[in-house]
Amino acid sequence: MSTDVTDKVPASAPPGKSGGSAAGGNLLQLILGGLRRNMRQYGMLIALGLIVVLFQVWTGGDLLLPRNVSNLVLQNSYILILAIGMMLVIIAGHIDLSVGSLTAFVGAFAAVLTVQHGVAWPVALVLCLLVGALAGSVQGFLIAYLGIPSFIVTLAGMLLFRGLTEIFLQGQTLGPFPNGLQKLGNGFLPEVGPNTNYHNLTLLLGFVLLAFVVYQEVRDRKREQEFSLDVLPRNAFLLKLVAIAAAVLAVTMLLASYQGAPIILIVLGVLVVGYGYVMRNAVFGRHIYAIGGNLPAAKLSGVKDKKVTFLVFLNMGVLAALAGLVVAARLNAASPKAGLNFELEAIASSFIGGASMSGGVGTVLGAIIGGLVLGVLNNGMNLLSVGTDWQQVIKGLALLAAVGFDVWNKRKSGS
Amino acid sequence: MAGPVLEMRSIVKTFPGVKALSDVTLTVRQGEVHAICGENGAGKSTLMKVLSGVHPHGTYEGDILFEGETCEFKDIRASEQRGIVIIHQELALVPFLSIAENIFLGNEHASGGFINWNETLKHATKLLRRVGLTDHPETRIADIGVGKQQLVEIAKALSKKVKLLILDEPTAALNDEDSGKLLDLILELKNQGITSIIISHKLNEIRRVADSVTIIRDGKSIETLDVKSKETTEDRIISGMVGRDLDHRFPERTVYEGELEAAPALEIRNWTVHHPIDQQRKVVDDVSINVRRGEIVGIAGLMGAGRTELAMSVFGRSYGRHAGGTVLKDGKEIRTRTVAEAVEHGIAYVTEDRKHYGLNLIDNINRNISLTALDKVAKRGVVDEHEERKVSERFRKSMNIKAPTVFETVGRLSGGNQQKVVLSKWIFAGPEVLILDEPTRGIDVGAKYEIYTVIDQLAAEGKAVVFISSELPELLGMCDRIYTMAAGRLTGEVPRAEATQEVLMRQMTKDKEVTR
Repeated sequence: MSTDVTDKVPASAPPGKSGGSAAGGNLLQLILGGLRRNMRQYGMLIALGLIVVLFQVWTGGDLLLPRNVSNLVLQNSYILILAIGMMLVIIAGHIDLSVGSLTAFVGAFAAVLTVQHGVAWPVALVLCLLVGALAGSVQGFLIAYLGIPSFIVTLAGMLLFRGLTEIFLQGQTLGPFPNGLQKLGNGFLPEVGPNTNYHNLTLLLGFVLLAFVVYQEVRDRKREQEFSLDVLPRNAFLLKLVAIAAAVLAVTMLLASYQGAPIILIVLGVLVVGYGYVMRNAVFGRHIYAIGGNLPAAKLSGVKDKKVTFLVFLNMGVLAALAGLVVAARLNAASPKAGLNFELEAIASSFIGGASMSGGVGTVLGAIIGGLVLGVLNNGMNLLSVGTDWQQVIKGLALLAAVGFDVWNKRKSGS
Repeated sequence: MAGPVLEMRSIVKTFPGVKALSDVTLTVRQGEVHAICGENGAGKSTLMKVLSGVHPHGTYEGDILFEGETCEFKDIRASEQRGIVIIHQELALVPFLSIAENIFLGNEHASGGFINWNETLKHATKLLRRVGLTDHPETRIADIGVGKQQLVEIAKALSKKVKLLILDEPTAALNDEDSGKLLDLILELKNQGITSIIISHKLNEIRRVADSVTIIRDGKSIETLDVKSKETTEDRIISGMVGRDLDHRFPERTVYEGELEAAPALEIRNWTVHHPIDQQRKVVDDVSINVRRGEIVGIAGLMGAGRTELAMSVFGRSYGRHAGGTVLKDGKEIRTRTVAEAVEHGIAYVTEDRKHYGLNLIDNINRNISLTALDKVAKRGVVDEHEERKVSERFRKSMNIKAPTVFETVGRLSGGNQQKVVLSKWIFAGPEVLILDEPTRGIDVGAKYEIYTVIDQLAAEGKAVVFISSELPELLGMCDRIYTMAAGRLTGEVPRAEATQEVLMRQMTKDKEVTR
């Protein structure tokens, strides 16, 4: 406990005593104080937790059954992939309405390639991603270099790609896909090693992830201390670590006790870590925040705003293509009606996850949390056999509540 | 003398974590023009927001008495009904509506929800005449200048039967001519019996129109002085504002010790720029200037002289259409077609409008400082946050940016501290030539001195500094040479020894009508 004295105690909490017994009460206040100051970050995480607990109770424990958790991941993976790209677009101060249609279009393209022309699936996969990149770059070019508003360009794209999809498929559903591609939507990690009643590879991955996260947290804290910044006191920090560890382990065990981690979860994990890192640490990511936060200032700082905007939309195209492949693989067919309203779900996820209409604000993790809030609501209400009519009403209210809470919270803190 | 029309007693206003007003008492006499001055962040604007009901009754402590009655305004409408009207620094006019529509916005001449245009136009014309405007009331606000817009705001206030008019830095965006008109109007309104409170940084204005001045410092009212009295000199007011005697407003210039090269660090030759929309108009007309290492060169000029336009078009063609001219660095011609190219050649432009062109207000100090030169703290496109923070911490200390950490949101800082962040950002980029556009606009006296010291240091380190300013004393105090511009043309070059305000002003007003 003696090291606590050197830690700066946040101003809102009473000065910490180094005596051991007082820790209980102080700790609670510290955590509450920390929550108050980081409402924006933690608010939605807590909301997500509450929703999970509520539905777990209402469904009599069905929500967190291993099979359902696995389903939840598979059902929502494509929205989450889109939400990552959408978050970047929104941070840059734009919007993309075309991604739903683009996912359908890419699914149709994949079906035409593999089903009708027998192209090998890895080749088809690469071609599909290229088509996504092309679609994204055309839209990006029009927006960034010709200065046509993104709302208009992507609204046109939404109609255009939907129409092209129907032309491509001639109004029919095309399938089934080759095995390799199906795995992208429905597959699980292969089983290795002895029979332990758990999925070994999933367990292993879970432990590796846990070690990585703990290492990161500890390193970050050390660095903060070097600048004698406010850091969580040691006991609060330990509690945070335990909470993270518990969450990672719980999900790992849940998945490992069924068929293991879905392949798409691994893909998603890589995307989240990768994009999170880019947005936080890469020059490119910083430039996205800069142009969204204040475009004229970014321009006068030498940020190549057009190039950055172009790349953000190109990226959105690639991710939309990936999502399109996943949807098609999961349904095992390309349908003209695939991806309907996906753009709206992705946009809603971003805003629930803390994006701002005027740009410059938001995180990749926020988009994922926002997407999971919607996903758990969907899944939970399905389990409770709530009709799609009421599901939409409730999702609409959830979006309104989340953004309303954010606005209210900001006003309260006086900014 | 008449009795008090307004009394504010022991006003205390706290925001979460900050005490904006800790004890302010203000007494305004019937029919006078009462000035309020104080450094930025002293609490002037907050006080006026308390008075006008922007901060409603109950969110502050203390009493407000207007015409002898205690007032408890719950919003702006309530205060306007009593005849207290505030005109904010940022004008609150809708650009695409007409003058008349703006005057009666929220207060329309209407019956049954439909506007009576005859009445509206007749009344608007009458009001416009009172403020000395002859424009047609159906002219769009966007089509008249800032000076006239300010007068429309006053007409709007008059339409509300104003008894106490509050003007928050009314001349900040105006040129001398428009400022003069506005100040005359305030005196005219005074004759008509309207009491005014005017917040201003410009001491000469206060001397011209005000009867008394209340000085506010650190959220407290310090003293109220009679402006007409002989003892109330400008230095007297300044010392009240800063709480210390201000012997020297400018630092001693440090001499650059390095060798003088043959060629100037930056030379601009025959630079001509056309207006971005009206392409017939030359905004900058055949201007040639140069600046050497270790030198501070001023550019003086009135509004519309083309100083900012010159700087911005040189800096990556950020303004207008370039129509000829070259930029030379150390005697060699360079390309500055994009901001990135200009930065690469070691040129930095510190904007006059830090909020719109200088800073990402929703981001923190740390990231604002590093933005221009992110590559310096990044390897292969990945930012080293550790290194980045070291850099910004260093600037926070050396520039004396008043913030608890570098993670403070820039939008929450005061004007002076924001300016220090913009300067830090460009100093970090490591330029050899700095073009500073109004670097001390809208910041308080203490912070100004700090900025001057930084500028002096930059020159002493061998940087070439171009200093654009509308405040002649600061150019006289800081520069080695001063160029003057008028209506897009260079009208003179004055060495320090020969420069006086009169000399400069004569050249700044020269040739003005010839270029049309």
